[in-house]
Amino acid sequence: MINNLYIFDKYGNLLYYDEWNRPKKGEIKQEEEQKLMYGMLISIKSFVNRLSPTDTREGFLYYKTNKYALHYLETPSGLKFVMNTDVAAMNVREFLQQLYGKVWVEYVVRDPLWEPGTEVTSSLFKSKLDDFVKQSPIFGIRNI
Amino acid sequence: MSRQNTRLDQKKVNTELLTLAYGSFVTQILHDQNLNIDEVNKNLERIGYNIGLRLIEDFLSRTAAPRCLEMRETADRIQQAFRIYLNIQPAITNWSSSSDEFSLIFENNPLIDFVELPPEFSNLRYSAIICGCIRGALEMVQQEVQCFLVQDQLKSDSCTEIRVKFIRRLEDAIPAGED
Repeated sequence: MINNLYIFDKYGNLLYYDEWNRPKKGEIKQEEEQKLMYGMLISIKSFVNRLSPTDTREGFLYYKTNKYALHYLETPSGLKFVMNTDVAAMNVREFLQQLYGKVWVEYVVRDPLWEPGTEVTSSLFKSKLDDFVKQSPIFGIRNI
Repeated sequence: MSRQNTRLDQKKVNTELLTLAYGSFVTQILHDQNLNIDEVNKNLERIGYNIGLRLIEDFLSRTAAPRCLEMRETADRIQQAFRIYLNIQPAITNWSSSSDEFSLIFENNPLIDFVELPPEFSNLRYSAIICGCIRGALEMVQQEVQCFLVQDQLKSDSCTEIRVKFIRRLEDAIPAGED
């Protein structure tokens, strides 16, 4: 089950946010939540790299709680894809990698009207992303 | 004309189309800048730079390449990108002793087929767009480089040589502290 998706650029600007199955809304304002999310990612990333016994390239991949898992994909260009799913979801990183190539590059990077660093407002992207998410095997699985 | 049976990849264009389109593109910029060659050079480099900023995302998503830790890896990736986007394989040579500077050399630059530079345009860096593109793409992966044409077949050199020089690694951006 996919809960929501954040896409940040390398400066921490939120480029896109969407949610699918999120029955319990956050208790904080969305903007606040996004800032906290980005802050946490940066902290985890730097902490994880500091603890690592050897040099890391990928570093932080995901964390899991008893209710949900947060999956993280950072491209070498600093784009950050963050997806919250239920705990049973498998191969979410691969899914995010595909999402990057097939949806983000295709409908945002190739969109001449999109200024890098700004929020994505293209409705084409939104609908393609929605299709892509809903078609994935992760989307439907319900597991407690 | 007879129809070819080979199925063409719709996302690829014929090299000649690219060459001719680029030629008329450069010509148009020359006119727009009233034949001010320095401005045209700058413009071509900047256009390449802007292409690079976006092209890198395509490259990364195709190859799922991790971040490069040293310049030799970067050189291999650039070579790979030439293969993907221009269908040529440049040689990587002339490393500086400190391994932070190298050359890409190739003989079949697809941009310059059918092109002859008139003597009054001898300062024109016709292929500067490639240099810009490399600079833009590497900037997105936190490497600042200088990139310039050393040899140019349009100026009766035997090959095209692009020099890439590492300047510095750009720091990852961290959010401003909340004071």
